[in-house]
Amino acid sequence: MLAKRIIPCLDVKDGRVVKGIKFVNFRDAGDPVELAKYYNEQGADELSFLDITASYENRRIIIDIIRKVAKEVFIPLSVGGGINNIETIRELLNAGAEKVSIGTAAVKNPELVKEAAKKFGSQAIVLSIDAKRKNNSWTVYIKGGREDANIDALKFAKKMEKLGAGEILLNSIDRDGTKRGYDIELNKRFSEELNIPIIASGGAGSLNDIKNVLTKGKADAALAASIFHYKQYTINDVKKYLKRSNIEVRI
Amino acid sequence: MIAIIDYGAGNANSVKNALDYLGKDSVITSDPEKILKADKVIFPGVGAFGDAMRELKKRKLDSAIKEFIESKKPFLGICIGLQVLFRESEESPNVKGLGILKGKVAKFAKGKIPQIGWNKISSKSIGDGYAYFVNSYYAIPEDKKIIESTSDYYVKFTAAVKKDNIFATQFHLEKSGKFGLEILRKWSNAG
Repeated sequence: MLAKRIIPCLDVKDGRVVKGIKFVNFRDAGDPVELAKYYNEQGADELSFLDITASYENRRIIIDIIRKVAKEVFIPLSVGGGINNIETIRELLNAGAEKVSIGTAAVKNPELVKEAAKKFGSQAIVLSIDAKRKNNSWTVYIKGGREDANIDALKFAKKMEKLGAGEILLNSIDRDGTKRGYDIELNKRFSEELNIPIIASGGAGSLNDIKNVLTKGKADAALAASIFHYKQYTINDVKKYLKRSNIEVRI
Repeated sequence: MIAIIDYGAGNANSVKNALDYLGKDSVITSDPEKILKADKVIFPGVGAFGDAMRELKKRKLDSAIKEFIESKKPFLGICIGLQVLFRESEESPNVKGLGILKGKVAKFAKGKIPQIGWNKISSKSIGDGYAYFVNSYYAIPEDKKIIESTSDYYVKFTAAVKKDNIFATQFHLEKSGKFGLEILRKWSNAG
């Protein structure tokens, strides 16, 4: 059967990986290519790059980074952060990304998801949702989690699935950065109601958190940043733990 | 020289990156003449069966592929590059495939679609391991002997086929880490 994926997320600002500063044994701890190689060696199933500056000038930098990483790392690469037009998507895919994730732009212009999926295939288009609990459901946040779009997240995800999104990167704003564990209910609900893979994000603090979101939360993949960047665990630690718990992983 | 067929929608660059990394000379091309002159040809694909066939025909690459395969030189198809070797697909009922291999392409009946991620393959000769798949459809060859590898996604399905000079993988060997690179290296070195 299909293995559950473990995906480290690299935040890139002005061409440098931020948050990854604790990698003291690297000559250059902020070099995205070095970090990508490092995670690939550890057994990452995919690498997710988040362009946190995402301005027009910086777009060239992230495209160049993807081009360099793709020459040395032969696993799927995905890129997100401020992507809002077909031409950028084309450039990123041509540079060697497998997938791009679309967030705020999907809320403002759902047609972009439809058009992109039609042009490049659903497998290349990831819908990125920042979800925050509101009463008994979740609302979509945009602009890097700063603004409530007042849209029901599940309804929105279903609509995007119809328009052609191939996967959902589901980030819990409530849990992001807390290390209190993923929002299990959020992931379970989305995974049961949608027919496309769910990548859980936000809240990973322990091995057990990752196990829980892949079992109880029914997510297809788990994305994490700080537990890997700060070397709390290696990707291999996570996978060994999951394997011992009888979860299929690629080791 | 290895020619990588570019038909506008494929992931030719990723395959070229992998070959560069392995130190193998290659060129990305959509020129039928260059393809016929190459020592080996790789046809990588993404997207839909019908779109791929239309693009191949538009560029006269369908006949170039057939002619190249008849010349008995090594041919490697990847993903849609495997599927279009067959006669027909449930994805595009009104479009004929290349029909070089007998059989058809069917849609997964269960599970999330497309299958996206790493799945374990069992093989006759290319080794067992995890490979990266992105597919909603899979080939069902008439001649079961050409099935080189299988994998499992709620159904046992064809992960790779091998027949004479044809080798084709449903998985993306250019994105399957060391396991995929090793298969590509062996294929590039052989014959």
